[in-house]
This record gives sequence, structure tokens and C-alpha cells, in this order.
Amino acid sequence: MKGYEERQKLIGRIADSFHKGVYHGGERKITVPRKESQATSEKVVSLEEAIRRCGLRDGMTISFHHHFRSGDKVLNLVMDKIAEMGFKDIRIAASSLNDVHTPLINHIRNGVVTHISTSGMRGELAKAVSHGLMDNPVVFRSHGARGSAVANGDLHIDVAFLGASSCDPMGNACGYSRSPNAKSICGSLGYALPDARYADKTVILTDDLVDYPNTPTSISEHDVDYVVVVDSVGDSSKIASGAIRDTKNPRDILLAKTACKVIVNSGYFRNGFSIQTGSGGASLAVVKYLRQSMIEQNVKASFALGGITSHMVKLHKEGLIDHLIDVQSFDRVAAESLRDDPKHKEVSANEYASPDEPGAATKFLDIVILSALEVDTNFNVNVLVGSDGIIRGAIGGHPDTAADSALSIVVCPLLRGRIPCIVDEVTTLITPGPTVDVVVTEYGVAVNPRRPDLAERLAAAGLRIVTLESLLERALHVIGTPAPLPFGDKVVGVVMNRNGEVMDVIRNIL
Amino acid sequence: MDRLRRTMMFVPGNNPGMMQDAFIYGPDSIMLDLEDSVTLAEKDTARLLVYNALRTVDYGNIEMVVRINPLSTPYGHKDVEAVVKAGVDVVRMPKTETADEVREVETAIEKVETELGCVGRTKIMAAVESALGVVNAYAIATASKRMMGIALGAEDYCANLKTQRTPEGTELLLARQTIVVAARAAGIDCIDTVFSNLNDMDAFRREVETIKKLGFDGKSIINPRQIEIVNEVFTPSQKDIDKAVAIVGALHEAARRGSGVIALNGKMIDKPVVIRAQHTIDLAIAAGVLKKEDLS
Repeated sequence: MKGYEERQKLIGRIADSFHKGVYHGGERKITVPRKESQATSEKVVSLEEAIRRCGLRDGMTISFHHHFRSGDKVLNLVMDKIAEMGFKDIRIAASSLNDVHTPLINHIRNGVVTHISTSGMRGELAKAVSHGLMDNPVVFRSHGARGSAVANGDLHIDVAFLGASSCDPMGNACGYSRSPNAKSICGSLGYALPDARYADKTVILTDDLVDYPNTPTSISEHDVDYVVVVDSVGDSSKIASGAIRDTKNPRDILLAKTACKVIVNSGYFRNGFSIQTGSGGASLAVVKYLRQSMIEQNVKASFALGGITSHMVKLHKEGLIDHLIDVQSFDRVAAESLRDDPKHKEVSANEYASPDEPGAATKFLDIVILSALEVDTNFNVNVLVGSDGIIRGAIGGHPDTAADSALSIVVCPLLRGRIPCIVDEVTTLITPGPTVDVVVTEYGVAVNPRRPDLAERLAAAGLRIVTLESLLERALHVIGTPAPLPFGDKVVGVVMNRNGEVMDVIRNIL
Repeated sequence: MDRLRRTMMFVPGNNPGMMQDAFIYGPDSIMLDLEDSVTLAEKDTARLLVYNALRTVDYGNIEMVVRINPLSTPYGHKDVEAVVKAGVDVVRMPKTETADEVREVETAIEKVETELGCVGRTKIMAAVESALGVVNAYAIATASKRMMGIALGAEDYCANLKTQRTPEGTELLLARQTIVVAARAAGIDCIDTVFSNLNDMDAFRREVETIKKLGFDGKSIINPRQIEIVNEVFTPSQKDIDKAVAIVGALHEAARRGSGVIALNGKMIDKPVVIRAQHTIDLAIAAGVLKKEDLS
């Protein structure tokens, strides 16, 4: 017994020096079967309960992702509940907004929502905002810039409401489901990942509560506070809507073929290259023609990055692209590939394009194909505000990939109807000219004077090299000089650059 | 052959967006249409648009053709005046049935050209779209020295024949062959009818292969997506190009030696073979698979 007492004294002394308590027995033994304990998980609550337990208050910032694109149902559902519960002055930090989010207009008018930050905006909401709906300007950031701002606290999220196509009662969530009850699929949850990680509280909304463990997992239970089961988080058939379309437009096809020729003759088209394409019709079509060149010249890519499309999945399956790195799945085929293929890797917005991440995938990107609403004679690009002064797009990863890639190619027609796309000065600056290498139009290819090496190689390949000034002149010759836009004095939008600096402002259109 | 006419792209004359940049797709000829694609209410605006397009847009080396309304309509003469003044390369006549109709158009063109002081500048091509037109094909093809080509318009022709178009094109066989023979006899070009199903590019390719075999110089097209296929079909194979280059080389060699006999690998070469070889080389250069420099 003496030995026992001495050991107890010793334990007490060590505990004191550790500033810890001493073990006195009395542990609980769980005897409830697994199924029952899952069924009574304290994390699974109603939406109202989740909002309450997260401690939401007026003035707080809540976040959403846009992986369901035009099919998203989460944002409207949560906002209606928040409005019903009487909250005011809520700040929305969405990864992006689109035409399904028109109901936000009423929440803004009623004072429920007072601030918005997003990558983009479309439809009625965008129109209303452009005309001065909000008292506070909308803050626009690229995907990389948003990831960085969420991580460094510039954009602090109090509560994240994240839709997921499957989730177990502990909070392990995915953008797809392996259960027979799967209702929806969005693939990558890349833009939701930083929110789950850095938000004070995270609520997963799912339409398929699956058995534990839901693995492999995108969002870990570690980052999840509550799980809410809803009828539907999103209409998966609408993922491929919005900007994503397969083109039969002969002009887009011509642009795509020219862009492909630029890639093949750029000097960057060699075994092991990496590539990303944007979401415009022409830049997606590039993949189709590039595939042909890859086969003919026996050139294979190490990875394709970004919004992954079925086109890219096809090339991957054919062995032309080794890995797919996916921050956002652009269609169902891509989403299913992410679910089923270990070489199809999901990345967070930060791993994708944050300027603060030395290992961000964009930094290993050789070639990026981007679209544009406007390009000015200094190679500055606008992808956010239409030439009518109305917000009608999204920054996406445009400035991130343009800056980080070895070769950035912007593809855009000279004219869209009577609207010139090559302009004297962009309506809104999104991607600075020094980061844009080549502009492909149906009338010829313009190369940034910073890249005489490129201009030489492309001219040698028989491409028609032109200046942006000559393209502008041609556009004006055909359509005349457009009247200046009637902007007011109210700032309705602020564009932040990748380093958290204010790069441009958007004024209200009259 | 004065120039290649593999593709003649139809562009509605009332669509400024399409007229303004039709040339970016690189057809050999562009046909701005004032006839069937323009409603009666828009005949005058389309004429004005086509006039301004011809005067304003830089179409480069592409041959510019305008399909006018028949002179028997209230629009035909005004169309001729506008497009000749605008400097069009070719006036295309629709639904041509007799040589007299060609001569009438020639007279109308000449009247405007005389005012402008440029008599003889404008060429004519005639589209044959009826049984009578097919029967008169040779007379039409030789009706004027301005005639540069003759084309088939299959839809009206089939209606006139009381039949329908089929994928095999059996119903068009006689018309197509008659037109090719008439054109060759007259020493002018012949261009086949349009193919309107844009969703079946394989069937389109088969039709282009057929009309190439029949001897046509090219095809009328309604969408830029068809250009690549026509050009592919009309692009000679590397084997044919090599052979053609060798034949033309032998011709030059014979000329250098002052010999009238052309021989290659110990075999005599006839004149038609040389002509065909030259045509193959022209097509290869146009398709970009052969460079002029390589011919020296």
C-alpha cells in the first residue's frame, strides 16, 4: 500500500507541475449501438435551430458557395429563414451569385441584407445593384483573392452555410453522394473549403444524410458545427447553365481554332505542360481542337486545372492529361469523375489560386485560356461589367490565372452585335494588362509588346499578328464610336485585387 | 481557271452582323443574298445594306457575289444598279431558264457600267433551278462572255420535277451532270447546290465527295462550319501533289530543253494530264498544303 500512496503523491506533484487535474475514475461507457448514436447526433438540427445555436446576430457575416451555379437552392432557403427570424443588417460573403439569387433584392430592400461580397453577379440582382439598389458597395474579389481574404481575416466569416450533396451526422460532407438516395451532385466543394475551415461556425445543409463515415470526405467533421437536412440543396441539371455552353457558333469555333494554333506554336506546348480553360463558349471549344493537336504531335499534359469540364475529363480518360485539379466542377460528368477517379483531385480556393499560397496550383500553370467582355488597347481586361454599365459576369479566377500562368491567352470577338469588345479603355479593370500575353480575335492575334518572343514565334507559324489599336480602329469603322455610358456618382461596386488593394470602382448606371 | 471557287457562302442581305464579318471564315466567294432570304418588306433596306457592305467592308481577296431578284420583279433592276455601282464582282441570277434572261441582265449591267465608265467589269453567274433551265444549260452558259459560272438550285428544281431531295441525290443526277457538261463546254465554272442539314456533317461530306467526283468546282454553303469540310474534300492528297509537282517540273524541263515532248520517268505525258496537274497544284496552294516557293 505504501508504494501506491507514494505513487499517488508523485502523480499529484506531476499534475501540479503540468497545471492539470488528477484522475479520479468515474468515466462513462457508451453502450448505445452505432446506428442509434448517429440518429441522436447533436449536430443534426433544424435550420432555425442551427441559426440560433450558431449565435447569429444582426451585423454578422454569413457565407455561401456557388457550386450549384444556377441550380443553387441553399442561399435563398437560408436567407428566407433568416429574414423570417427577424435578423437585420446581415452581410453576405458569397463565392459567387447568379440569376437564381433574385430574391436577395427584397432582402436588401427590407434591410435584412446590407453588405455583399462576391466574385460575380448576374441577372435581375446584378441589374438592380448596378442601378444603385444598395447603400453599401458590393465588394468583388477573384476566387484566389477571396480565399486569401477569408484566410487572413480581411473577410471574416461568422457563420458559413454550405450546401453538400452528402453529409454524415458528424458533418463529413461531399459535393456528391455514394448512397442510393443521392439527390444532387456538384462535384468539387473547392470554394466552400476555406469557409468551412476559417468561419467561426459552419453549418452543412444536405439533401442526403448518409451513414457515418462519409468517406472520402471534402469537408471534415472537424470543421462542421451543425448539419441540416433539407429537401434539396440544388438542381444538378443547372450546373452546366450560366456561362458554360457547348458552342456551334462559327465565330466561337474560329476563335477556338485560332487560340489552339496560338497554344501549339507558343513554345509552351510540350510534354508535361499544364493548362486551364475558362468558361466562355470559345475557350471551352479550344479543348476540342487542342485534343487533336495533342494526339497528332504526341504531346501529353501533366494536369488540367480550374473549372473542370466534361471535355477535360475526356482527355484525361484518353490518357492525354495525367491529373485533373478541380476547384469547381462545371458539369455532371466532371462531378462524377471527381467522385470516382483518384487522379481527379479536389482543391480549395486557396490551394487553387491564393496569392499567399506558395503551392497554389495556378503557380504551376503553363497556359490559361480566358474570355473577356472587353479588352482595352493596354491589354487590360474586364469580365465583370457589360459595355452597357450593367454588372453581368464574374471575376472568377481570371486575374489569378492570368498573373500566375506562363502564358495567358484572352479569347474574345472584336464585336458582339454592335458592341465592340476591343475598346479604348475598359469599363471596369479586372485583370491588369501586364498579366495578359495574347488576345485572340476573329480578325487576328494581338501579342503584348512585353512578349516579343511570343510575337515572333506566332508570326512564324503563319498567324495574323495585329495590334489592338488596329482592331479598335476596325471596330469603330464598322459600328461608329459608342456614346459614353451615363454613369452616376454613387459607387455600387468595389473591385479588390489579389493583394487586397482597391483596384477599381463601379458607379451606378442611370 | 481564273480563281478557286470551292466554297460560295450564302449570307442574307438583311443581316448586317453576318455581312460585316463573313470573310473571317475564309470562303472563296461570298454571296450576299437579296432574293429568297429577304422578305418583300425588306427588299429596299437589304439592297441599301448590301450596297454599303460592298463599299465599306474590306473583304480582302474574296470574290463578292450578289444574288439579285429576277428582272421581272419590281426589285431586279434596282438591285443591278445598286450592286454594280458598289463594285460587285459577280451578279448572280436566280431561277434562270433561258439565254435571253442572261442577255437582259447583261444589258442592265452594261447600262450602269456605261454610266460609270467601267464597261465589262461585272461578271454574271446563273443559277438553274428548273427543268427548263437544265434543258437550256449550255445556251445559258454561253449566253454572254461575262458568264463566269453556272450553279444548281436544287430545292426549286425538285419541286418543279415533282420529286423530293434524298440523301443519295438520285433525283439531281441528270441536272448535276448536265450543268457540269454545259459549264465545261462553255469553259466556265460550275457550283453545286446548298446542303441545309447542319446537324449531319457526315452526310454533307459524302455529298461534297460526290459532287467533286462529278466534276463540280465547288459547293454553295450556308454556314461557315461547312467550309472546312469542303476544303478538306477538295484538297489533293500528298501523293497527288507529289505527282503533279513532278509533272509540272517535267513540263518546265521540256521547255528548258526546247522540246515539245514532255516525259516523266520515261513515259510521255499528254496535255490534259498537265492541265490536271496544274489544277491540283492550284488547289494544294489554296489549301495551304503546298507553298509556291516549293515549286521552283
